[in-house]
Amino acid sequence: MELMHTKPRFDFVSLRTQILAFTFSGLLTLLSIGSLLVQGLNLGIDFSGGILVQVRFEKPPHVDQVRAALSHLHLGDVSIQQFGSAEEILIRIGQQSGNAEAQGALANKVVEAIKPTADGGKVELRRVEFVGPQVGSELVQSGLWAVFYSFLAILLYIAWRFEWRFAVGAILSLLHDVVITMGLFSVTQKEFTLVVLAAVLTIIGYSINDTIVVFDRVREERIRSKKLSIGMVINRAINDTLSRTIIVSLTVILVLVALLIFGGLVIHDFALALFVGVLLGTFSSIFVACQTVLLLDKKGPVTHEQPAPPPVTETP
Amino acid sequence: MRQVPLWKPALILFTVLLSLLYVFPSVNHGVPAWWPSWLPHQVIAQGLDLQGGLHLLLNVESDKAVEQTAENLVDEVRGILRKEQLRYQSVEREGIDTVSIVLTESGDSPKYRQVLEKELPTTQFGEDAGSKKLRLTIKPLEQKEIRRFALEQSIQTIRSRIDQFGVTEPTIQKQGEDRILVQLPGLNDPTRAKALIGRTARLEFKMVDEKGDLNAALAGRVPPGDVILYGNKESGQKGRQAYLLKKRTVLSGDLLTDARVNFSQYSEAYVSITFNRQGERKFAQLTGEHVNERMAIVLDNVVYSAPVIREKIEGGRAQISGSFSTEEAHDLAIILRAGALPAPVKIVEERTVGPTLGQDSIDQGLASILIGGALVLFFMGVYYKGFGWLANMAVLLNVLMLMAALAMMQATLTMPGIAGAVLLMGMSVDANVLIFERIREELRLGKTPLAAIEHGYARAFATILDSHITTLITGLVLYQFGTGPVRGFAVTLSIGLIISMYTAVFVTRVVLDMILQGRHVRTLSV
Repeated sequence: MELMHTKPRFDFVSLRTQILAFTFSGLLTLLSIGSLLVQGLNLGIDFSGGILVQVRFEKPPHVDQVRAALSHLHLGDVSIQQFGSAEEILIRIGQQSGNAEAQGALANKVVEAIKPTADGGKVELRRVEFVGPQVGSELVQSGLWAVFYSFLAILLYIAWRFEWRFAVGAILSLLHDVVITMGLFSVTQKEFTLVVLAAVLTIIGYSINDTIVVFDRVREERIRSKKLSIGMVINRAINDTLSRTIIVSLTVILVLVALLIFGGLVIHDFALALFVGVLLGTFSSIFVACQTVLLLDKKGPVTHEQPAPPPVTETP
Repeated sequence: MRQVPLWKPALILFTVLLSLLYVFPSVNHGVPAWWPSWLPHQVIAQGLDLQGGLHLLLNVESDKAVEQTAENLVDEVRGILRKEQLRYQSVEREGIDTVSIVLTESGDSPKYRQVLEKELPTTQFGEDAGSKKLRLTIKPLEQKEIRRFALEQSIQTIRSRIDQFGVTEPTIQKQGEDRILVQLPGLNDPTRAKALIGRTARLEFKMVDEKGDLNAALAGRVPPGDVILYGNKESGQKGRQAYLLKKRTVLSGDLLTDARVNFSQYSEAYVSITFNRQGERKFAQLTGEHVNERMAIVLDNVVYSAPVIREKIEGGRAQISGSFSTEEAHDLAIILRAGALPAPVKIVEERTVGPTLGQDSIDQGLASILIGGALVLFFMGVYYKGFGWLANMAVLLNVLMLMAALAMMQATLTMPGIAGAVLLMGMSVDANVLIFERIREELRLGKTPLAAIEHGYARAFATILDSHITTLITGLVLYQFGTGPVRGFAVTLSIGLIISMYTAVFVTRVVLDMILQGRHVRTLSV
């Protein structure tokens, strides 16, 4: 079985494709940045600090009654939300003042308070997470550093193995993928947790993998057919690797769909972020990374054919 | 086709067998009786998110340990000055690391300085020119040592408390400069465990100031050298009872040798404590000196009781009562036996996962692995036919070797770790897809099957190397900067990538060569 029986000959470098690609990516990026600036991310307690309590009732609880029961505890910012099945709820409580011991005992207080709202008074405590404000901000910091250092390491590696133009293209396409994925979480106000951050970092890994495959082909084609323009070389490289690109994305997406459907709620958002990221990563390798290399090349010197003659130094 | 050298299949066979040996204990949940001791018996540990349990990150407030040292220094300075018959107006702690001494006359400082410098080598001197004030500051190096010791001592104390509480396979680790990571798998009562771990348990005996006016003190006029502390139980409508105590600690819990639960004749639980030789002598002397006065038993700045001393107590025994439940008395005895923490600890992060949630995660994780994996294998088999099954074999070997590596390294498998493994299956297919697509291309160009294979592998190798290395870079960065679950993910991803280079490139090629060896190949099933 073959995806494309003859070699595909799509034109990826025409002006029309470029304009379409840049409009599409540019709009999404602007929308994402705008949303990130205006409403920001809905940071999970991993980053913002606070308490999360997951409880399971025997019968579906009335969220209003639970909320009323909790209001007597005067906890300030409390959010209650159904989680997975109808019997389970997730209670998020903002950062509390007071010492650690009181914070630690809070989960039990919460369970005691909501017990009367359950038929038969049976409530199972499934999960408690408490993150202090200091730890939260440390996690934000280490997360940002992780992104920064992985970008830097990739930039250096590609500049060494290829050329700086390729490195710039790769980093732009990575930024594109990361910003839009985070933008999605900002627009939908889905909770941005430590696990989602791990997904974002994984997207960097996947996207760069995909970009490198195309770049590698560009490098090879350039050596083989020196007479072709850089645009034609890039177009040929994209076409040559196209069926590989599609097949690999497809297999990864197959796995992610399995995770999304069967993986459970704890990793649902992780899988979702990866799903979006893989689509973006595939798109950006062709339409951001390669186009950037092409643009940078047009501005730079076009002549590769002959190295400049060595300067003649006249001995006095 | 040239002969495949024997060492290649031998190496593959060896790695497969070795992996099987390492994976067996984990799959079998332990090893059977006949399993020889020289064979691997490590089991892949399940993270708390899969197994259920309590994860705590504690911050040791080592400032308090320095402060306590300075507080002790105050007593020491007073003692030295008294012994040397040097007069002073006051000796007090200033900030967390300094003792300030106000002299009766200015100009005397060299004399004081000489004496104190000789006796207290861990401090350094400072004085404001022309003033009567001297400052003794604990040297920075010494402070660092106090903090380090506070952390080490806290870890030991917490470990000893947990051991006595009875938890299987706890993890207690130093993290950074001033943090302790505690992980207790499969725990039923996290609240009780937290109270046990987090309590400072500083046991002190202080005399009640019988002459002082408690009401005046409560109104804000606390006599110098006194402190107001409260009782441990609410009494009637007045709330907790207040006590006016002398600030000075006359005896402390570090002189204990034992603490046990006992029951009074009204079957009320109390904790009886036994002092060591030194404590016994001090206790007898104290009780002898203060007959008919009240002595307060203070734990973490809460007064448990303040009995009147009837007579001098010999034999070094005392009891702490305070209307405890049996459970409370039991835990208190454990804490007192294990000793006090040198500095208070604060919980800065807590994650508790109930056992049922953990099981659900395992079930769902396994289901998604099996389904996702089956989909990929099926797709590859249909799309690349014979070569597809070759790639499938490589993917399965990758999973097997990854599990073996996790067992070998005693790594912990977490939920994001499982997700990483699933993602890895997809990515390890990539290497083979690159090779196969290349082989197809070469065939289209009219090359012979064997030449196409040769070129396909050679050409794809550079790409595979580059793509694996860049992904590995992100994996390593993740490991370096991530914590907990993110690290688990980074470990599986990074190990898996390295294994994937071996299985997808080396193993498939050797197997392919062996199949084609000696045959005349006209077509390829790709």
